[in-house]
This record gives sequence, C-alpha cells and structure tokens, in this order.
Amino acid sequence: MTDSEHPLLTARGLSKHYGPRIGCEAVSCDLYEGEVLAVVGESGSGKSTLLKLLATETPPTSGSVHYRMRDGAVRELFALTEAERRFLLRTDWGFVRQDAREGLRMSVSAGGNVGERLMAVGERHYGRIRGTALDWLGRVEIDGDRIDDLPRDFSGGMRQRLQIARNLVTHPRLVFMDEPTSGLDVSVQARLLDLLRGLVAELGLAVIIVTHDLAVARLLSHRIMVMRHGRVIETGLTDQVLDDPSEAYTQLLVSSVLAA
Amino acid sequence: MTEPLVSLSGVAKSFTLHLRDGMRIRVVDNVSFAARPGECVVLGGPSGSGKSSILKMIYGNYRCDTGTIAVRDGDEIVDVAKAEPRRILALRAHVMGYVSQFLRVIPRVSALDIVAASAAESGLGRQDAWCRAERLLTLLNVPERLWSLPPGTFSGGEQQRVNIARGLAPDRPLLLLDEPTASLDAANRAVVVRLIEEKKKAGVAIVGIFHDEDVRDKVADRVVDMAAFATEKAA
Repeated sequence: MTDSEHPLLTARGLSKHYGPRIGCEAVSCDLYEGEVLAVVGESGSGKSTLLKLLATETPPTSGSVHYRMRDGAVRELFALTEAERRFLLRTDWGFVRQDAREGLRMSVSAGGNVGERLMAVGERHYGRIRGTALDWLGRVEIDGDRIDDLPRDFSGGMRQRLQIARNLVTHPRLVFMDEPTSGLDVSVQARLLDLLRGLVAELGLAVIIVTHDLAVARLLSHRIMVMRHGRVIETGLTDQVLDDPSEAYTQLLVSSVLAA
Repeated sequence: MTEPLVSLSGVAKSFTLHLRDGMRIRVVDNVSFAARPGECVVLGGPSGSGKSSILKMIYGNYRCDTGTIAVRDGDEIVDVAKAEPRRILALRAHVMGYVSQFLRVIPRVSALDIVAASAAESGLGRQDAWCRAERLLTLLNVPERLWSLPPGTFSGGEQQRVNIARGLAPDRPLLLLDEPTASLDAANRAVVVRLIEEKKKAGVAIVGIFHDEDVRDKVADRVVDMAAFATEKAA
C-alpha cells in the first residue's frame, strides 16, 4: 500500500471531561494526506476542545490519537516526549489561530516571524532565511518592503496572512486552523479564504479547520463533522451534509444561515 | 455490449424534514437505468419529478436511501450509495463530472484560469489545459476581452457559458448535465449540442436533463421517463 492509503492521523474514542462537564465525548475520525476536514457547530459544541486534543495541546480523559510521522512510523501522540511533540509542532504541523496575536510574536518583525520557524528546522544561513521569508510574504500577498515591520503595525487581514506564512514556511503536512477568518471584515475574509484555498490545494496540505461558518466549511473542506454537546452527530462529504443534512440539528444549522 | 459506466438499481430517495415535525417527502422510488460509454441518457418528466435529485445522488451530493448506484472506475465498480467520502471524492476527480446551470463564483480567479484549472484536474498537462480552455471559451462565444477577468461581474449568460466550458473541459468518462442549456440562445445551444456530440464520440457516458426539446432530440439516445419512478404522493 502507498502512504496515501494510510491515514495521516487517526483519533479513536477521544473524550475530554472537565469535572462533571463534557468538553468532548467519544470522537473518532481519520484524516488522510491532502484532505481538508471541517469541524462545525455552535459555540460550546466542543469543536475547539477537539482541536486542542488533536493538536496535543491538552491531554484527553480517554482515547488516542495516532499520527504517521515523516519517517512512516505511526506514533501515539500522547506517548511522545515533550521534545518530540514540540519538534512535530514546529516542523510537520502548523496551527493558525483565530487571534493572530496568539500565533505570532508581536515584537518580532514580519520576516523574523517567518524566519523563526525555518531556524527551528535547522536553517542557519541568514541570506537564505531572509530570501525564503520574502518569498513567503509574497505568496501571502504582503509587500516585501514590510519585511522589517512589526505585526502590531499590520491590519487584521495582514496579520492573519502573516500567520499563515509563518505556519507554512516549513512545509508542514498537517495544519490546524481555529476560526481563521472570523473577526475579519467580509471582503478581507473572502481574500483570505481564496488564498487559503489556493495554498491548501497547491501544497496538498491536510487541514483540520474549526469554524462556525458553514460557508467557510463549504469553500475549503472535503469532509465535515457536525458537533453538538461534545459529540459528533453527523459526518460525511461536505456538500452532502450541507445539501442533504439528515440530523435535525444539522438541518437547523443549515437552514439558519443565509445561502451557505 | 460494453459495460455501463453508471447503473442505478432500485434507487429510492426521500427527505425527512425534522423542522417540520419529521414530515417525509418521497422523491423517487425504484429507479433503475444505466448509461454506457458513448451513450446519452436523458431524464424526462415534469419539474419536481426528481430528475435533479437523481443526478445529485449519482454525484454523491444527495444521499441514497435504498438501492445501488454502481459507477465503474476502470476495473472497479463503486457503489456510490455506500461508498466512503474519500472514494466518492476520487470518483469526482477521475470518473464523473457534474455541470449545473449555475457558476459558483470563485473570487479573484479569471474565467480562463477557472476553465483551464478544471481541465487540468482530470490530468491534462498545463499547455493542453490552456489550449482547451481557449477553444471552449471561443466556441461558446465568451468575448476574449473577458477571459482574464473573474466572472463575478459577467452577465448571467456569460457566467453560464463559462460554467459549461468549465464542466466540459476535463476528460472524465461520465458526465452529469443538469440543464446546462437553460436560458442559452439558439446559437449557443447549438454549440453545446456539438460539444456533447464530441463527448459521446470520445466514449463518454452522459446522463442529462434538458428542457429544450431541440437539444434533447439531438443529443438523446434514450429518454428515461421519470413517471415510471413516481412515488405515491398521497399520504
């Protein structure tokens, strides 16, 4: 079998309880290379908790997440050492956060934000780092003459694009995205979505994107998981779930938006 | 005789509207037909008889409650009604294309890029994809000055023709056409007829819905009457 026939990531029975409160309950899913999975639901549905679990930012109460490393070995993520986990996060993974201030270093220049990830994978040559950073700023449509500016002087849309460049520069195979477009003006949102769509297809990225916006899910994702009260209530092809939803709650979600 | 590219057997579909106290709308019942390479099967019947729903079920866009939808992918037969999402996505990439009458506009991408990218999806090289896109847009009378612009601002008719060019650009063995000629003028309808003939000669199997009788009469090898699959609506 080739690599593409094995999942990149496999979650089984993932649960997270905060005392008596359920964050997320018995979630299982597979993700293959080049596949974009959207997790949708209202706030409090457990979708962000699930993302944190999958990205190993918080340990589960029960369940497992297996990941196929670059060398082909499949590892249980919560059994990794802290050093291994951090290396994975810096090289093979990206995490685009809703609030760019959490995903960027605000006191470091735009070029530095991108270059830092390159240095984490061992690049030491200043000229090459700057050249690659410049190239990536261009790919996310940030003028090269802003390379030495601080992200705090950037608009919301630019910060988000810089965050994307910072995450993709190391050619990760898997990128987590937490509401990457909410909080932006609609026109800025459209541009960012279009950019993301292009980059995801071009680089063949696997993506797990959490969003409450069904239009975002439709534009970016191949598959979708609908969550409610911490559980996955419906899953399938994105266009099938949105055009022919079978669960009552999904029908409510779909009928509650304007032309998703 | 060659094996069918798509074969439906005992297919039924209903919608359950949970927001309307679980009201059930039965759409079609016991649908069975097949389309072979080089054949154009036209679904006939009035609006509301479930023609579009059938195309959407073949494409995996609507779920199929009962029955099988067998699509041939090389030597393999895939039942879309039960296939994993990944398998359906692979079929869409290599085996089946779907053309509706509406262009889902992608912001900032030019008309020519939209059509060329679609051609490239089915495995055509970059140069060939561009040549094909230019040929289709020319044939479909989309003015060359518009090619480099995103179609968001085009007229309805121009958008529709870009959409047809995009849908017909890739080489896939099975084509699902959902009224692609609706509201086109006679000259452009004739172009679409010619392009469909080309596809048939190339061995493509087509399942289509055409309301224009002139188009239907020219392209159809067989008309499948939806009345045969009607559900008993009275409840």
